[in-house]
Amino acid sequence: MMAEKGPKAKALAGGTDILVQLRGRRFFIDRLVDVKGVPEMNELSCSAEEGLTLGAAVPCYRIYEDDTIQSLYSGLVDAAFLIGGIQIQGRASVGGNLCNASPSGDTIPILIALGASCVIEGPKGSRTLPVEDFCTGPGQNVLQDGELLVALKFPPPAANSGAHYLRFIPRNEMDIAVAGAGASVVLEDDKETIKSARISLAAVGPTPIFAEEASELLAGRAASEGSFEAAAEAAKAAARPISDMRGTAKQRIHLSGVLTKRALREAVARAQG
Amino acid sequence: MSKKIHVQTNINGLDVDLLCESRQSLLEVLRDVLNMTGTKEGCNDGNCGACSVIVDGRLIDSCLMLGVEAEGKEITTIEGVAYTHGLHPIQQSFLENAALQCGICTPGFIVAAKALLENEPEADEGRVRHWLAGNLCRCTGYDKIVRAVLDAGKTMATQSKSES
Amino acid sequence: MVSTAENKTQYKVVGTRPIRHDGLEKVTGQARYSADINLPGMLHGKVLRSPHAHAIIKSIDISRALALPGVESVITSADLPQPSGRVADLGEGAMMNPKFLSNNVLASDKVLYKGHAVAAVAAADQHVAEEALGRIDVEYEVLPPVLNAVDAMKEGAPILHERLYTAENPFVRPGGLRDDSDPEGGSNVASHFVFELGDLEKGFAEADVVVERGFRTKAVHQGYIEPHSATAMWNRDGHVTIWCSSQGQFAMRDQSALILDISMSQIKVIPLEIGGGFGGKTLVYLEPVAALLSKMTGRPVKVSMSRQEVFEGTGPTSGSFMKVKMGATKDGRITATTATLIYEAGAFPGSPINPGVQCMFGPYDIANGRVEGYDVVINTQKTAAYRAPGAPAAAYAAESVIDELAEKLNIDPIDFRVRNAAKEGTRRLTGPVFPRIGYLETLEAAKNHPHWSAPLEGPNRGRGIATGFWFNGSGPSSATASVNQDGTVSLVEGSPDIGGTRAAVAMQMAEVLGLPAEDVHPSVGDTDSIGFTSTTGGSSVAFKTGWASYEAAQDIKRQMIERAAYIWDVSAEDVDLTDGVFHHKSDPELRFTFKELAGLLLETGGPIVGSAAVNPGGVGGAFAIHIADVEVDPETGKTEVLRYTALQDVGKAVHPSYVEGQIQGGAVQGIGWALNEEYFFDDEGCMTNSSFLDYRMPTSLDLPMIDTVMVEVPNPGHPFGVRGVGEVPIVPPMAAIANAIKAATGVRMTNLPMSPGEVLKALWDSEESKNSD
Repeated sequence: MMAEKGPKAKALAGGTDILVQLRGRRFFIDRLVDVKGVPEMNELSCSAEEGLTLGAAVPCYRIYEDDTIQSLYSGLVDAAFLIGGIQIQGRASVGGNLCNASPSGDTIPILIALGASCVIEGPKGSRTLPVEDFCTGPGQNVLQDGELLVALKFPPPAANSGAHYLRFIPRNEMDIAVAGAGASVVLEDDKETIKSARISLAAVGPTPIFAEEASELLAGRAASEGSFEAAAEAAKAAARPISDMRGTAKQRIHLSGVLTKRALREAVARAQG
Repeated sequence: MSKKIHVQTNINGLDVDLLCESRQSLLEVLRDVLNMTGTKEGCNDGNCGACSVIVDGRLIDSCLMLGVEAEGKEITTIEGVAYTHGLHPIQQSFLENAALQCGICTPGFIVAAKALLENEPEADEGRVRHWLAGNLCRCTGYDKIVRAVLDAGKTMATQSKSES
Repeated sequence: MVSTAENKTQYKVVGTRPIRHDGLEKVTGQARYSADINLPGMLHGKVLRSPHAHAIIKSIDISRALALPGVESVITSADLPQPSGRVADLGEGAMMNPKFLSNNVLASDKVLYKGHAVAAVAAADQHVAEEALGRIDVEYEVLPPVLNAVDAMKEGAPILHERLYTAENPFVRPGGLRDDSDPEGGSNVASHFVFELGDLEKGFAEADVVVERGFRTKAVHQGYIEPHSATAMWNRDGHVTIWCSSQGQFAMRDQSALILDISMSQIKVIPLEIGGGFGGKTLVYLEPVAALLSKMTGRPVKVSMSRQEVFEGTGPTSGSFMKVKMGATKDGRITATTATLIYEAGAFPGSPINPGVQCMFGPYDIANGRVEGYDVVINTQKTAAYRAPGAPAAAYAAESVIDELAEKLNIDPIDFRVRNAAKEGTRRLTGPVFPRIGYLETLEAAKNHPHWSAPLEGPNRGRGIATGFWFNGSGPSSATASVNQDGTVSLVEGSPDIGGTRAAVAMQMAEVLGLPAEDVHPSVGDTDSIGFTSTTGGSSVAFKTGWASYEAAQDIKRQMIERAAYIWDVSAEDVDLTDGVFHHKSDPELRFTFKELAGLLLETGGPIVGSAAVNPGGVGGAFAIHIADVEVDPETGKTEVLRYTALQDVGKAVHPSYVEGQIQGGAVQGIGWALNEEYFFDDEGCMTNSSFLDYRMPTSLDLPMIDTVMVEVPNPGHPFGVRGVGEVPIVPPMAAIANAIKAATGVRMTNLPMSPGEVLKALWDSEESKNSD
């Protein structure tokens, strides 16, 4: 159905972005395909052994109301619980948030931090790629005409791991991130040393950013303020923000550091259990 | 004008057959097709909650759902909140607590509060404030609304205890 | 909490908390607001708006739009009469310039802001109407815009109105154009005036400390949740019915008549419930457009705004530039003050500069002062009234400077205000002398409030206070009431009810008649069914329409006493009404309850209708003091309001719950203004945050409970001591929060809003200047 109309077709999941964009005449299409009936896109299965498969159309509330996800992927729950308000969470999907490819997309950094990958189906078959490679610019993603993001796959959580996402907004809800940071950490069995970490940033570049250097420098270091500080500095270096009405570039770079530290503190606390 | 689509849905307990255009939101269908104007438009982009309705038990903004998506769903609007012979405890509590001034946001708040309190009548102030953050009120400063919802929750908790 | 300052009459109804009469309809979704009208055969209108902040309209071609199936009519300003706009042609006492009013509704030769209405379409449905807008071809010659008052006052600035005259009398409301014989060019300064009192030089010479500061505030919107909507039916006999929600059905009628150049009696405005206004629903936008589209098509037409149109096409309040200088002695006595206020009017003259200047130093007894005001046009939305228009920005500047003076002199900020407080007999800097007011009592209540003495512990936290004054308004008002045979009274009044005033007005009638509040059934009449009533504004309704209701009740009382006397065959002078019972003053056998007598009316001479039309003086000013506790996150600059208490002299609270509601709502609007609300413009003058997502009004999660204290110092000018209560609570919050942020961080914020980015920047700047010391 989608392929037939090429670029003039779009998928409708929760509709919380696309209906507003259509109404605002941001783009014009001939066909809107409701994908909420597609079983693979509504799959939600989670276990410590298999990891998490999150259908692209699954609304946020199903994520944070799921006890298994809450215990295994609390970082994802952070993001699902802060997007929009309760009404939005009743409809909006993580897959939709990713496809919308906003630099400030609230669920994207944690997907990157958790090492999730995108399962894409299209007329030429299926392909899989890491979330950090999915967005290509503001509102732009890798999907070709007729292709559809079907699901997100998360690896099983490692032992002694924890993750967190937080953002900075001027209000306490119903707002767009001035900057956001996601962090996941895996600790050694001593729970004092970082084995590996992944840090990601929102709203400080044309796409959500995987802060590779900040992530890598943490490996083998103590899970302490000094390490967080170093990672925060590296995260700031990775930020490439613009100045706009939501914040200046200087403020956003600064916030990247502040939020990276705060995300790491909480991720480590969770990993330490 | 585009072709109309036949939709079968259930609104406030009644089966409804309607015709709507594919581009019409559920909010437009309620207000313009069915003349159920209790659900209000404040922003039409999901940022004020004035158009809150409950669809299959879930609180949503009706401006962000298409009318055609109502097919086979169960929808509750403000018109379906009161009982046949009296007000719902939330409505009564809004009146007693003077929790409305101009009243335009009131239907959305009452529907939102219903979606919360029917599952969590004992929700505390923090939970209520978080739950209602998607509903804007410009008149009251929220103080009396939050009190009304907390009071209604108490009444509902007592009622459900006495029923069980 | 109610704090009563002096002995007063005890009332039976006034001061109680009945359930409001219109409550049931509003909690069940039955109440009808402006957009809830659907008429048979109705067309839907949409307005085309300018994409440019400043441009000449070279041509408008509507042919492609008219060719679209479903489109019934397209109108432009060419379809409206064009008044001259010259000052000389304005009638005496004119409240507005018809040219500016008309050109704001549909632009004529020029567009003056992005969002300025240019044309309108009526079509079969809204979607077709929207599609048609894209087919109206407008050729613009784009001009450079001027986006703030300081730039607009510069030599060589782009001029909005080539012939604009600079008025110098603060009491001349509308700006206007020069006469054709006047060779002077136009200016962007629509008005400039000065108030002076005492001897400034002497005053500053007496001062031990002088503080001087500059302030900048941005335009903020009233933010009512109901977008504007108007539906009109132009009948074949030339009479027009308009259904809309506004703060004044008569204002909508009269302004529409002015724009359409028809007699006001040809228009009937039916007021629907109003979903918030706060001053922003006092001007016509869509009403004449809907009427004209209906005239063109012969069918009813409904025109509604989107939220974006509300932000871009209706009035916010002014942004401002302010300078304040104030001196005080060591013992805390203000000796002199000067202030210059420059208010941005938007595209047409008429910022609230006059009330801003009038209210700025209202709380203080200052012997020597000078305040200068400028009303300046710029290429942004035409401003409209917003809750205590002009006063909040002025108070932000004045109260910040006073806080700094108190701090420098090491005097408690409440004590400092007590030492300088205005009281009965104080002459305001702008002239008037205060009657009995309750400022001192309110300060006293604040001093004694547990919030003021509660310890505030923890890092990055601070407490601030600020006070505010609003003079309150009055105006013509009408009420008629008919006695029903079952002993109830149906009351029709002329004031649209934004926040529960039906109850407050009905309760004043019930008090006189000795009836329970529930037995008076109030409704708001259309322009054909009630006498002229001035707009719901200036915190005037409980005062003026309450007074009309009081007088109408007296009229009923007098007629019913006469009727009882007639039935008993006694003199009316011997009959009285006490607690709802008509009785003979000396014969206890002769008594009727209100209900009994009401049941006899038809057989004993006919029905009784009471009416009153008033224009009362005796307005009592309102004072408020707010206490705010905040915590500032030094890493992000974000301010969290931890605790908030608002104290206010309310005169007499008729319905205390709704008075509290006004205080809480006003305080929270002020908190929004203080922390996050502002119009953002890009360099071309396009508003970039015209949605509730990016125009950040407070949500329930951003606030604590708002504690209120109603101090009751009755207004001697009103039968029940009523003072207006709705506006003054928005006056103190910005300074209260700024003063709290100063206490928390050591940084004084002189620009609004004090958004996280701005606070963070101020913290960095202060760190930098410390390091460079």
